[in-house]
Formats: sequence, structure tokens, C-alpha cells
Amino acid sequence: MSGLLLWSVTAAQIMLGLAMACGTFRMLHGPRAQDRVVGFDCLYVTGMLMLITFGMRAGSNLYYEGALMIALLGFVSTVALAKFLLRGEVIE
Amino acid sequence: MNAIGEFSLLGTVLISAFLLVGAAFTLIGALGLLRLQTFYTRLHAPTLGTTFGTVFIAAASMLYFSLAGGRLALHEVLIVAFVTISTPVGLIVLVRASLLRESLERDRAGAPSDPA
Repeated sequence: MSGLLLWSVTAAQIMLGLAMACGTFRMLHGPRAQDRVVGFDCLYVTGMLMLITFGMRAGSNLYYEGALMIALLGFVSTVALAKFLLRGEVIE
Repeated sequence: MNAIGEFSLLGTVLISAFLLVGAAFTLIGALGLLRLQTFYTRLHAPTLGTTFGTVFIAAASMLYFSLAGGRLALHEVLIVAFVTISTPVGLIVLVRASLLRESLERDRAGAPSDPA
């Protein structure tokens, strides 16, 4: 991998790692339950973007499938948690 | 897939620019999630990452795999479409839950100390 591309992938991964740290902090420290769910939402989207950059670094298509799975399951988890906060149970 | 990293200068610069812009958008959104004061202002900050961040990083990945594979590789469009559609749906349900919880808390706090 050429120098500029390697440098920019590394810089993007550092920025995404900081963003994941922000989301993790909000998830662990959020004053209320809904803040934790928003932190989790930010965390999984940022982790998915991080996985795409890992795929570019490795030059492999496999990471894309993992990123798609994270996007699908993260949405389901967010809606399930929000439904739990709304009603007290996930499936009514 | 062959010859990873043997891109033209224009391709390399475009991929790097897309990657850095997308990661910067995501980081700014996450910093907003960390720094803003109330729940409803915190809620819309990370959507900067779910819209612009995802679009730019997926564009960088599409360009990278198209140039590396020598053919059009557009499968990241799926991720962009899904995240762009699903995030507002999840956040709408979350805001409804938050509004309900706040009104319940207000009722519970207001009922005993009601002077009337």
C-alpha cells in the first residue's frame, strides 16, 4: 500500500477510534437510559465504519460483510432497546 | 483482486480525501455526543456520522475496490442505504420513549408535592 493511502487510512482509523471512545463514554456514563442507547447507536455505526477502513487496509472484501451485519443487527438492537424503554418489554 | 496499492495519483488522493473527510465528520458528531448538554441536542449530533461519515467512507471504499479490482464494486451502496434509512427510524422510537419516560417522571415527581 502506498504511503499516502496508508497514512490516511491510519489517520482515519485514529479519528474513528476517538469517535468510538466518545460513544463508549456516553454509553457507560450516560446520565439516563436513553443517553446510553444513543451512545450505543453511535458506537456501532462508528465500529462499522472502522471495519470498512480495516477492509481497505487489508484489501479484503470479507470485512464488508461484517460491516453489513453490524449495520443490520445494530439497528435491530437500537429499536429493541427503545421499545424496551417505551413499554417495559421488547415483544408485546 | 490484484496489485493493492498500485493506484494512480488522482485515485490515491481521492480515496484519501474521502476517507479523511468521512472520519472527520464522524469524529465531530461523536464529540457533539460527548459535549452537548441535553438529551435532545445530543441525539442529533451522531447523525452527522451516520449520514456524511458513512457516505464518504463508503465512497472511499467503493473507489478503492473498484480501482483495485479493475471492475465496478458498488456493494457499499447497500450499507449507505440501510444506515441512512434505519437510523431515523431507531431515533424516532427512542425519542418517543424518552418523551414518555420524562412525562411519567414528571407525573411521579409532581403528584405528592402538588399543593392543590
